[in-house]
Amino acid sequence: MAMPTEFRIRVEDALKKDEVRTHFRKAMDTLMTNRRNQFPDEAELQRLRTQAQSIRANALSKLPELLEQLESNLVRNGVQVHWAETTDEANRIVLNILQQHNARSIIKGKSMVSEEMGLNHFLEQQGIEALESDLGEFIIQLDGETPSHIIMPAIHKNKEEIARLFNARFPHIPYTDDVDELTRNARAILRDKFYSAPVGLSGVNFAVAETGTLCLVENEGNGRMATTVPPVHIAVTGIEKVVEKLADIPPLFSILPRSATGQPVTTYFNMISGPRKPGEKDGPTEVHLVLLDNGRSTIYSDPELLATLRCIRCGACINHCPVYVRIGGHAYGTVYPGPIGTILEPQKEGLRVHGELVQASSLCGACGEVCPVRIPIPDIINRLRHDGVRQDGGSRTRDAGTRRKRLEAVTWRGWSWAASHPSLYHLGSRAATRLRKLMPQRLGAWTRVRTAPALAAQTLHERLKALGVDHE
Amino acid sequence: MNKARDNILQRLRAQERPPGSFPGRDFLSRHDWPAAECLQRFTERLQAVRAEVHHSSPEGWLELLVQLCRDKNLNNLLLSPQTRWGQAIYAQAGRFPKLQAYEHPIEDWKPAMFHGIDASLTGTLGGIAETGSLILWPDAEEPRQMSLVPPVHFALLEAGRIYSTFAEAIARQDWVTKGMPTNALLISGPSKSADIAQVLAYGVHGPKELVVLVV
Amino acid sequence: MTMQRPEAAYFFGTCLIDLFYPDAGVSAVQLLQREGVRVIFPPDQTCCGQPAWNSGYRDEARKVARTQLALFDKPLPIVIPSGSCAGMMKTHYPALFRGEPDEDRALDVAGRVYELTGFLVDVLDIRLQDLGAPVTVAVHTSCSARREMGVADKIESLLGQLARVTVHEQAYKTECCGFGGTFAVKEPEISAAMVADKTAHIRATGASCLVSQDCGCLMNIGGAFAFQQREQNQPVPAIRHIAEFLWERVNAGPAATGEA
Repeated sequence: MAMPTEFRIRVEDALKKDEVRTHFRKAMDTLMTNRRNQFPDEAELQRLRTQAQSIRANALSKLPELLEQLESNLVRNGVQVHWAETTDEANRIVLNILQQHNARSIIKGKSMVSEEMGLNHFLEQQGIEALESDLGEFIIQLDGETPSHIIMPAIHKNKEEIARLFNARFPHIPYTDDVDELTRNARAILRDKFYSAPVGLSGVNFAVAETGTLCLVENEGNGRMATTVPPVHIAVTGIEKVVEKLADIPPLFSILPRSATGQPVTTYFNMISGPRKPGEKDGPTEVHLVLLDNGRSTIYSDPELLATLRCIRCGACINHCPVYVRIGGHAYGTVYPGPIGTILEPQKEGLRVHGELVQASSLCGACGEVCPVRIPIPDIINRLRHDGVRQDGGSRTRDAGTRRKRLEAVTWRGWSWAASHPSLYHLGSRAATRLRKLMPQRLGAWTRVRTAPALAAQTLHERLKALGVDHE
Repeated sequence: MNKARDNILQRLRAQERPPGSFPGRDFLSRHDWPAAECLQRFTERLQAVRAEVHHSSPEGWLELLVQLCRDKNLNNLLLSPQTRWGQAIYAQAGRFPKLQAYEHPIEDWKPAMFHGIDASLTGTLGGIAETGSLILWPDAEEPRQMSLVPPVHFALLEAGRIYSTFAEAIARQDWVTKGMPTNALLISGPSKSADIAQVLAYGVHGPKELVVLVV
Repeated sequence: MTMQRPEAAYFFGTCLIDLFYPDAGVSAVQLLQREGVRVIFPPDQTCCGQPAWNSGYRDEARKVARTQLALFDKPLPIVIPSGSCAGMMKTHYPALFRGEPDEDRALDVAGRVYELTGFLVDVLDIRLQDLGAPVTVAVHTSCSARREMGVADKIESLLGQLARVTVHEQAYKTECCGFGGTFAVKEPEISAAMVADKTAHIRATGASCLVSQDCGCLMNIGGAFAFQQREQNQPVPAIRHIAEFLWERVNAGPAATGEA
C-alpha cells in the first residue's frame, strides 16, 4: 500500500468534518440558486456566454500585441508598467517600489494574483506588514489561513468562529457575534490602516488595451480605498487579463457578478487609467502595474490548453462542483481551488506537485456547463491526465509524463490489447461469467460503501445470439 | 526588467496564431427602454440594494436636500462650491448644515476628511437602468474621495441621462474618443459585504448610505 | 435531431452491459424491434475505449476505439443504451482521432451515434402503454446523458407515457452520483461521500425503484443501496436500466418494478 499523499490526507480530513460540509453545502446552494435566478432566459444566457467567450478568445488571439498596446497607453497615462516572468520577480518588483518609498506596510484590496505570488509571506520576511482589507481576506489573515474560495475567501467560517476570532485578536472591542457590529468593527480598524498606509495594492479584473484602463470589481469599497487613498498604488495581474476594447467591458462586467455570486451587479466598478493629474486633489501620485507570467505563456503555447486563460475568475465552476462542495477549498492545497484550480494549478506549478488534482474530478461537466466563458474544463482535465502519463514529448505542460506508473501503464496496455482483439475478448468475458462465483466480494475501496458488482450468468453477446439478433 | 518583458512577449509570439474571427463578440443585449421605464428600472434596482432614491424636480430638489440633511442629523456636507448644483446650495447656505469645500489636496486636510465629514454631495455623469448604477468621473472639483470616504453620499442625477445599459452609456457619451479620466466609477448602492457567513452587511469600507436625487 | 424513421439500426451494447447488465441490453434491443427497427448487433464490438481515454491513456483508448470504428459501415444510426459510452463516441472520438488517418471515419461514426432514450423519443417517437402495477420511481440522469448528449429530460418523457408510474424527484437531482469511471477507484473517499448523499436523497423520496440510462451510475448507486441494505438493514429501492424498466412495463413483466 502506497503512502497516502498529502492531498488524500487533507481530503479524508475534510470529509470527516460534517459541520463544515453542511456549511459548504448551504453556501454553495445559495450561490447556485442566486446564479440561476440571474439568468431566467436560457437562450439569452447562451448568447451572453458566447459573447463573453468571444471577447476573451479575441483578446488571447492577439495577446502580445494587446499587452504592448496596454503598456504604451498606460505609460502615456503616467502608469509605470513592470513585467515579471516568475512570482519571485513580481515580489521583488513590489518590494523595490516599497523600498523606494521607505514603506514598512502595505494595505491590500483582494487579489488572487498576490496570493499566487505569496506576497504577504514574502513581504513579512522583509519586515513589511501586508494587511488584507477585503473583509473575508481580513478574517482569514487574522487566523493565519489562506482563502478557501476565490470570491468568498472566508466561506468556510461560520459567524461564531469569526466572532471568537475578532475577540481573540481585538480584546479591547466587546465581544459580538452580530454581523453588522462585526462589520462596523472591521470598518473602524481598517479605516485607520487605509488612512495611514503608504502603499495600496490591488488586483485587476480586466485591463483595457485600447484606453490603458485597469478595471476592478468589488462590493465593499476596500478596492477603491486601496487604489485611491494611499499615495502609491500597485496593481498586480496576470498577463491574460487584457481585453482589446472598452466596448468589451460591459458584457464581461455583466456576466461576472451574475455568475459569481448571483448579484446583478457589484456595488463598485472602478476604472483606473492613471495617477493623480496636475490640479487633481487626491488619488495616488504613483500607479504601478505588475504583469505576471508565471507559466501563463507556456499555457498560451498550447492551442487546447489556451482556453484555460479565458477565465475571468468568477468562481461559478467552484460553486457548482460536487467535489469542491464536499472537500472545501483548503483540501486542494492550492491558491485556486475547485475545477479552475484543478486545471490551472497543475499547468502553473507543474504536474509533479499538483498532478493528483486532475484525478479529483468525476468529469460530471457541471463546471463547463456554467462557465461564463465556456472553458471546456472537463476536456482540459482529461487532457492533463493524458499529459501526466504520456511519453511522446508532445506537450509543453510542466512535468509531462511524470505521473506515469508502470503497473498502471501495463494494465492499460493489456486491456487495450484484449479489447482490440474481439474473439479473445469475448472468450475472456464468457469465461468470466462462467467463473463469476469466484469473483472477489471485496474490491478495495469500492466495497467499503458498496457491494461488489455481480457478473451476469451470460454475456449480452451470448443472449443476443441466442435471440437471433442480426449479427451481420 | 526589460528582459522579462522581452522573454514573455517572445514566448507569446513563438506560437503562430491564426487570426481568429469572433462574431459572437458583437452581440448586444437588446435593452432599449423608453425614458420612463429607464427611470423606473433604475430606481427599483437601486432600492433593491438599499440605496435611497428620490424623484425630484429642478425646483424641488434643493428643498428635498435640506429636508434630508435635517432628517439625517448631519453636521456638515462636503461639496464643491463651483458646480452648478454647488452654487445653488451655497446660495442658500444658511438652510444647510455647515458646508465644506474640498479646496486643497487631500494631504492638507486628511484628518478632517477621515474623521470630521458626515456627508458629501456630488454630481453624476448619468445612470444605468439595467443595473441601477451611477456613473461618476471624479475631477478636480469633485475629487475621488468625496464619494468614498464620508459615511453618507448624496448623488445628483439628471433623469434624462439614464441609459438603458452600460454599453449604451459608453457609446453615447463617447468615452473612447473623449479619453478616460484618472478614475471612472460605477456605483450601485452603498458599500456591502456578505463575507461573514453570507449575511449581507452594509457600510464596510465605502459609504454606508447612498442617497440619489433624480432631477 | 430530425431524422427519418430508420428501418434498421446498429446496436452497441457497451462492455458494462455485456458483463453485468445483459438484461438491459436485451430489453433495449427488444424495444427497438418492437418499433419495427431491424437491430444489427456487430459481434466484434467490445468497449468504446472510454476507461482508458478518461485515464489519460489515449493510444490505448484509440486502439480499442479503432476496433469499434470498423463495425458500422452502413449509413445507419448507432444506438447505445448509455449516455456515457454514447458521449464517448459522439463527442470524444473526433478529438481522439484528430489528425489520424481514420479521422473521417471517426467523424462519420460520431455523427450517427444516438443515446437510447433520445433515439426512442426523438427519432422513433415511441408510444408506450403501461401494463404494470402502480409504482413510484426516481430518475437519475447520468451526467454524460445530461451534458454531453443533451438528453436530460428523455427518461421523464418516456415515463410520462406510463399511466401507473409516478415519478418522485429527489433533491440535488442533477448532481453527479460519484461514479466517474476510474474516479470511484482513484478518489474513493470523495466518490463514497457523493454516492452516500445521492442514495440518501433518492431514498428520501420513498420511490420503490430507481431508473437511469447508464449502468455505471446504476452500478454505483445500486451497489451502495445493496450495501446499505446488507450492512445497515435499510429499505432501499430496486434499480433498473430504463430499457429494462420500460420493457417490463409494456409487457407486465417482473413485479420488481412494482413492489420492490
